[in-house]
Amino acid sequence: MKPTRHMLALATALACAFAAPAFAQDTIKIGELNSYKAQPAFLEPYKRGMELALEEVNGKGGVLGKKLELIIRDDGANPGEAVRVAEELVTREGVVMLTGTFLSNIGLAVTNFAGQKKVFFLASEPLTDKITWADGNKYTYRLRASTYMQTAMLMPAAIAANAKRWAIVYPNYEYGQSAAATFKDMLKKAQPGAEIVTEQAPPIGKVDAGAVAQAIDDAKPDAIFNVLFGADLTKFVREGNTRGVFKNRTVVSLLSGEPEYLDPLGEETPVGWIATGYPWDKIKTPEHVAFLTAYQKKFNDYPRLGSIVGYTTIKSIAAGIAKANSTDTEKLVEAFKGLSVSSPFGTFSYRASDHQATMGAYVGKLALEKGKGTMTDIKYIDGASVLPNDADTKKLRPAAD
Amino acid sequence: MTLDAFLFQVLNGLSSASGLFLIAAGLSLIFGVTRIVNLAHGSLYMLGTYIAYTFATKIGGVTGFWGGIVATALIVGALGAAIEFVLLRRIYRAPELFQLLATFALVLVINDFALWLWGPADLLGPRAPGFRGAVEILGRRLPSYDLFLIVIGPLVLLALHLTLTRTRFGRLIRAATQDREMVGALGVNQAVLFTSVFALGAALAGLGGALQIAREPANLATDLIALGDAFVVVVVGGMGSIPGAYLAAVIIAEVKALCIGIGTVDFGFVTINFSKFTLVAEFLVMAIVLIARPYGLLGKAQGAVRSIAEPEEPIRPATPLLKAFGVAVLAVLVCLPLLAQSSPYVLVLGIDVLIAVIFAASLHFIMGPGGMHSFGHAAYFGLGAYGAALLVKWLAWPMGAALIAAPLLALAGALLFGWFAVRLSGVYLAMLTLAFAQIVWAAVFQWEGFTGGSNGVIGVWPPPPFDKSWVYFLLTLVLAVAAVLLLRRFLFAPFGYAMRAGRDSPLRAEAIGIDVKRVHWLGFAMAGLVCGVAGGLFAFAKGSISPETIHINRSIDGLVMVLLGGVQTLTGPIAGASMFALLQDTVMRQTEYWRALMGAIILLLVLTFPQGIVGAFASLWRKVGGRT
Amino acid sequence: MSVLELRGLNKSFGGVHAVRDVGFAIGKGEFLAMIGPNGAGKSTCFNMINGQLAPDSGEILCEGRNIAGLAPRDIWRLGVGRTFQVAATFGSMTVVENVQMALISHARETYRLWRPASSHHRARALELLAQVGMEDVAFRPSRELAYGDVKRVELAIALANDPKLLLMDEPTAGMGTSERHGLIELVKRLVVERGISVLFTEHSMDVVFAFADRIIVLARGRLIADGDAATIRDNEQVREVYFGTGKTFALSASQGAKA
Repeated sequence: MKPTRHMLALATALACAFAAPAFAQDTIKIGELNSYKAQPAFLEPYKRGMELALEEVNGKGGVLGKKLELIIRDDGANPGEAVRVAEELVTREGVVMLTGTFLSNIGLAVTNFAGQKKVFFLASEPLTDKITWADGNKYTYRLRASTYMQTAMLMPAAIAANAKRWAIVYPNYEYGQSAAATFKDMLKKAQPGAEIVTEQAPPIGKVDAGAVAQAIDDAKPDAIFNVLFGADLTKFVREGNTRGVFKNRTVVSLLSGEPEYLDPLGEETPVGWIATGYPWDKIKTPEHVAFLTAYQKKFNDYPRLGSIVGYTTIKSIAAGIAKANSTDTEKLVEAFKGLSVSSPFGTFSYRASDHQATMGAYVGKLALEKGKGTMTDIKYIDGASVLPNDADTKKLRPAAD
Repeated sequence: MTLDAFLFQVLNGLSSASGLFLIAAGLSLIFGVTRIVNLAHGSLYMLGTYIAYTFATKIGGVTGFWGGIVATALIVGALGAAIEFVLLRRIYRAPELFQLLATFALVLVINDFALWLWGPADLLGPRAPGFRGAVEILGRRLPSYDLFLIVIGPLVLLALHLTLTRTRFGRLIRAATQDREMVGALGVNQAVLFTSVFALGAALAGLGGALQIAREPANLATDLIALGDAFVVVVVGGMGSIPGAYLAAVIIAEVKALCIGIGTVDFGFVTINFSKFTLVAEFLVMAIVLIARPYGLLGKAQGAVRSIAEPEEPIRPATPLLKAFGVAVLAVLVCLPLLAQSSPYVLVLGIDVLIAVIFAASLHFIMGPGGMHSFGHAAYFGLGAYGAALLVKWLAWPMGAALIAAPLLALAGALLFGWFAVRLSGVYLAMLTLAFAQIVWAAVFQWEGFTGGSNGVIGVWPPPPFDKSWVYFLLTLVLAVAAVLLLRRFLFAPFGYAMRAGRDSPLRAEAIGIDVKRVHWLGFAMAGLVCGVAGGLFAFAKGSISPETIHINRSIDGLVMVLLGGVQTLTGPIAGASMFALLQDTVMRQTEYWRALMGAIILLLVLTFPQGIVGAFASLWRKVGGRT
Repeated sequence: MSVLELRGLNKSFGGVHAVRDVGFAIGKGEFLAMIGPNGAGKSTCFNMINGQLAPDSGEILCEGRNIAGLAPRDIWRLGVGRTFQVAATFGSMTVVENVQMALISHARETYRLWRPASSHHRARALELLAQVGMEDVAFRPSRELAYGDVKRVELAIALANDPKLLLMDEPTAGMGTSERHGLIELVKRLVVERGISVLFTEHSMDVVFAFADRIIVLARGRLIADGDAATIRDNEQVREVYFGTGKTFALSASQGAKA
């Protein structure tokens, strides 16, 4: 056998990939890429949220007289793959903009791609501060409250605990590291006497929960700041509960009130933890009740936080295109500056200064009701209230605009 | 850390060790007897967690939990037998390692199956009836279930040990582990032995998974995590050695527990957080053990397995007709930018395919003719990619210089790691290469300030005119054709023959003056160098890189490409890589359950073309009397 | 000077003393057989000479140079060729390529990367194959050959570096009587032409007594006899240790061949 045959095979295959689809002009195509297989717990509800919003938008006749069409792709949970998928969406499918991504490194890779290729990108879920700050660019906006914002939302509760000795536990990758760094930074400013007595950084997805819980207990902290989520959180909570690690200690925890991470805990839910989250059964605002009703009617299931993010992503896009009165990239970039969007969490806007949305999150105490985890004493924290002002923001965004 | 805290962490380590041991024991048994690298072992473990969860919650109570654990082991054991009987038995005559492809496909299928059946959310089981609370030891509370696990590990070890030493079945397993041919000679039905060993190994995986439901949620990511852990334990302990697996599990779990227990230490000039080292600890242990004791702690050197696969054909140069044909196809590729004007994505995909071709061809160079099954080829891809990206980021080198320097970094890595790796052979070499790749990965992941950590490096775009995809495509094409032709040239030259000589018969090769290790070492280095080219091209094609570039998944992709195309042919990797890249592009676009679809397609190909696609065509060609 | 001389060679495995104080020499052009019952230490001795094992003590002199402990490939470079008990060729190469590989290595061209291996020393390889009667199968894959033919190819490979000494471990194992004699006759003719010395182990006594110039006998790791066929045949100690008592040599020899 010779290489020639394979070159032929390759060429044939390429030619097949070639068969470019007809560019339908009666819809506005939105390209969405995400790690559906790697993060299904968040992204399946997210997809449903998008579907619901799409139905609502198109039910009212779409935008600019055209229906929105969503083209969804799996990014293989891999930035290299994600960039290829992004190129495919742009060049082959002819989408007018990109949205999606969950993991920070993928969000950043696509952010960078958008800047390089001058494509509009709305990062929906990735939390890393870099997307809007250090590596932010003109073409990228972000919906979800960043790591910095989530941490800042919890700081009042952390400071109120007035604890001298803190333990920190976080997954050892960028999200965990920057959350821990932000926390330490803010704690130092607000409460200079506080001390970090132990810092546990287990590899993501592979926490040795017993040993970690024990090490924290041995350090005898007054309070714990937790950044673990997902299966790591579940393991950590069960071990910590059994070993009495959380007894008489204030625990402040990122994201733990989100149904994606709270629900698996069930009866194990650590009552009294102060966390950011989404208490879907407790939010009684009219916007949320309307969303909840529509969602439950359509899917016969309750929404997770992913549903909110997916739903709001599409609503943002529809609002942005309507405001731009065009699908032209430059016009979209302009339109998103200060764009106001109504969401189940109320109205928020996209800041012109750093392209970050001000959509906030709920902070409350974890509670157990009828064997299920939920939140009490909930309070909505507006994203705008925890973001730095425009002048400070500018310094954080060296490369943008 | 106080002495009490230390001792307590030792207890924590022992309970984790039992978990690790249970995952690993089955894999060790299966490998020892059948020599199959069963990538689906972690998937069987994951199924164990889901099935046991279902019993524990649907039936509930003592029966549901404890009865469910026993039932789970039986069910997963039966599934293992079915996998061996229905699937693997059909491909025992395929080239070595080909079974790996089939088990890789199973990983994909089983994961999607679990997603379909149990949904995406994590499922935490109830606490174990009878072991809900904690006991006070050394002034600390240890979950009583941990105590139970500390006991159950050695109990299973004892039971397996007695089975292996006191029963006829066990003696056969041990005999087969040492010398597979001998068992055949003893008149034992090898097929039955293999099926039962697979069933036993799978049942152990199922049991291991089931026992964890009281500690961790059933989760779709556990399959690969468990697989990784199991591999490390098996290799450190020694393939086929059950006591070795326990010993290794204890060592690894203790090292991790102590890293966590030590926590952050301030050395005055530098502060080190030891809890971060759990990421790399197990691979460091593995590399050290393999370098010091190549067959693992309690493993024995295994007799060379005479392959029952169809042997490889001598290589022959291309005939004029086919050469002309090759030139014609190349001409089409060169003209592709013109043809693709209306659809620029073809070029983007083409670049990916060509990079995959370089990657696979370089892996095949050592894997086929060299007989060195590298499970860590991503390391050299990653070194090339990171080398290029970091030179651009820190030193602002131009693309041309970075693309030249990147392969040299990969070469340096390959020279270093290869020096150790070629001292081993077979699956031990595979595992040492894997360990090295994981160490590189962990270093890149951890070294936040220099490598960008988990986020990687962004903004590595090619300068004009290479920012146009057709120019970059042509650059990639030139380098790919050069790489493929050069490697091919080397294979036909004395060096390539010497590499094959060392693979075919190391004894004979040494007896005619060939320094087999040195030849293989240099071959390994050349493959690393060429692979680095692919890495460098990748970085600029994507504009960014992250630790995924080095991750084990990429190494496995490489193996799949080579095996899919046919490891015994020179053009197999080209076809395999093209096919894999195109398949991935198509499949990922087509369906919600694309992993299962991908798995199904690979299974189909595996069963239809047990010598790889090109291998199958080559045999067919010979059968109809054609010359190749 | 002897082509090969062993002096006071010792080797133990664990507690087992496999070779004790063995010493003998091979003269130029000599055809020397090493015999002994199973476990006598023949293989151990052989593997120390060819470099696969390092002796615990003693010297192995090849034309006066101590080669004890050298790697097999270095010993080969000194002009010591060998064949294996279980024939070993490169299965993925043709017969002629197998011989070419040895010629390439001999010419120190192993690390060349450009000119195809098949164009190196082809004529010489074919010539060697012709000498062992294998030119007809030169272009067949070596793994397809019949067992006896593989042995002949191995011989051609062994001759590729113009050896001074040829080590042959059970060269006729697994062969029928006429094939056996054919092969040894061929070996004898080729080595006599070239003045090569041969040390071989052999189970078939008919071959040993018909062809060997000299025979040495090992038992339990010791050298117990050294002499020509007649001397060995009449040696009481050999008869006792090797065959037990009261049996004729001819009968025992055929039993040996079957073993």
